[in-house]
Amino acid sequence: MEMKPLTRVILGLVCLLVAIWLVAPTLVVVPMSFNGNKSLAFPPQGFSWQWYQNFVTNPEWSTSFLNSLKVASIVALLATVLGTLAAFGLDRMKARPASLLRMLMLTPMVVPGVVLAIGIYAVYLDAQLVGTLAGFVLAHTILALPFVLIAVSANLEVFDKRLETAAASVGAGALTTFRTVTLPLILPGILSGLLFAFATSFDEIIVSLFITNPYLRTLPVQIFSSITRDADPTVAAVGTILLCATTILIGGGMLLLGRERKGRL
Amino acid sequence: MSALEPTTPAAEKRAGWAWRPYALTLPALVLLAAVIGYPLLTIVLRSLSEPQWGVQNYAWFFGAPVNLAVLQRTFSISAWVTLVCVVCAYPYAYLMTAVGPRVRLVLVLCVLIPFWVSGVVRTLSWVILLQDSGVINSLLRSAGFTGIRLIRTQTGVVIGMAQVLLPFMILPLYSVMKGIDLRLVQAARSLGARPSRAFFTVYLPLSLPGVYAGAIIVFILALGFYITPALLGGPRSTMLSTLVQTQVLSLLQWGRGGAMGVVLLVTTFLLLALAAPVMRSRHREAGRR
Repeated sequence: MEMKPLTRVILGLVCLLVAIWLVAPTLVVVPMSFNGNKSLAFPPQGFSWQWYQNFVTNPEWSTSFLNSLKVASIVALLATVLGTLAAFGLDRMKARPASLLRMLMLTPMVVPGVVLAIGIYAVYLDAQLVGTLAGFVLAHTILALPFVLIAVSANLEVFDKRLETAAASVGAGALTTFRTVTLPLILPGILSGLLFAFATSFDEIIVSLFITNPYLRTLPVQIFSSITRDADPTVAAVGTILLCATTILIGGGMLLLGRERKGRL
Repeated sequence: MSALEPTTPAAEKRAGWAWRPYALTLPALVLLAAVIGYPLLTIVLRSLSEPQWGVQNYAWFFGAPVNLAVLQRTFSISAWVTLVCVVCAYPYAYLMTAVGPRVRLVLVLCVLIPFWVSGVVRTLSWVILLQDSGVINSLLRSAGFTGIRLIRTQTGVVIGMAQVLLPFMILPLYSVMKGIDLRLVQAARSLGARPSRAFFTVYLPLSLPGVYAGAIIVFILALGFYITPALLGGPRSTMLSTLVQTQVLSLLQWGRGGAMGVVLLVTTFLLLALAAPVMRSRHREAGRR
């Protein structure tokens, strides 16, 4: 579309502002994490590593970080297995039941967080799952499942089923076909599902806030209670660490996806 | 029968393998029923049965002006957030379609980076930015202005939520806009339409499906927001989610909290049902293209 020069300049400026609005808030934790004072007021005073030190040495922080890692790892494995199986099932069903079941399995994405949280909390109180590893894993797995399903389904859609028929026609059994033909071809989808599942669990806050107790706290819960309690710059240090870690994780995922796309071309 | 004869999928089906796909989805469905279905059912039942059977909790919710005010505020905050998102996302998504691949990559990254960062940390950033001793206020003061109150106000909540939800608006808009045939705009121009007229009569209507899709997603997600209003808002910007939490955790009123939750849930699904035809027709169009 052609535009007058003035319109073009305004468009560029507006988009620049939107881009800054999108990115800048994410980065503001970085300078705050080196604050010399125990305060979140801007601008930070002085320079120190003490908040990073506090993150490592203070058991409140390090335990919750380890808890999150533990929960997210189990969730990633469980959600990937369940989600991949389900994606295969849906792929091989008739269209109508498949679309119905798919919609059902995507509901965790649209149910408002708090409604789900009080429901799960109610059930967990009866089942004595509040503050347990199993409780966290079950709740996070169901929240991560849709992401695995979407990632693997997208991969299965472009997967050429004639390859399986070809493998079968040269005498390969169902398991051999799956292991040597199907699995390697849809592996990128499974791996990106795994990453998404891990990130979903590692990040989950609303349900976690309800089902947590002093014995089992995940990192987002610890961050939330620290923000509401006092102005401890340790949260900024954690935020910075998470920012770096997620960037590395997602960067890896994007590389995988990019390689897959190149492979397809 | 020779051993060389291939087993085709049809042959498998004849042999009674048709149930197998359902068996594969079974584990996920069982977990879904246990961790989503059963809890939601529990909430619906509690909203109708505590303290005794009946609709007293719903009568209480719709009878108290305080609750209706919160309900109305939840809708108005969500509407504001949606509006801000549409206004900001439209030019941004358009620019994404108009620039070269390298600039586009930068623009896409700017949209995705906020997605990567933990939701709680993102809200923390907004606390740092908006608080009275925050970035925005200290910039204002150093420029000679008096500070303004942003945190614990509705404006602050809208700013924070809109930033979190903006990607959900930009991405569907972009996917629709990149499919628009720009020769149609050229045709309008060659018939003598001014650029603004060509935009409003040709380009804008073609991009509306993307606006609808994005707006519905943003509005629905905004209705259920909990963390951002809890940290950025004050008592005068309470949203429905916070009220649900207070009823259940602080007051132990499961019936009342449940009723509110059901109202929120039903509203969400009604909006989704309303949106489904729009989304589906968009899908079909995309398929035809």
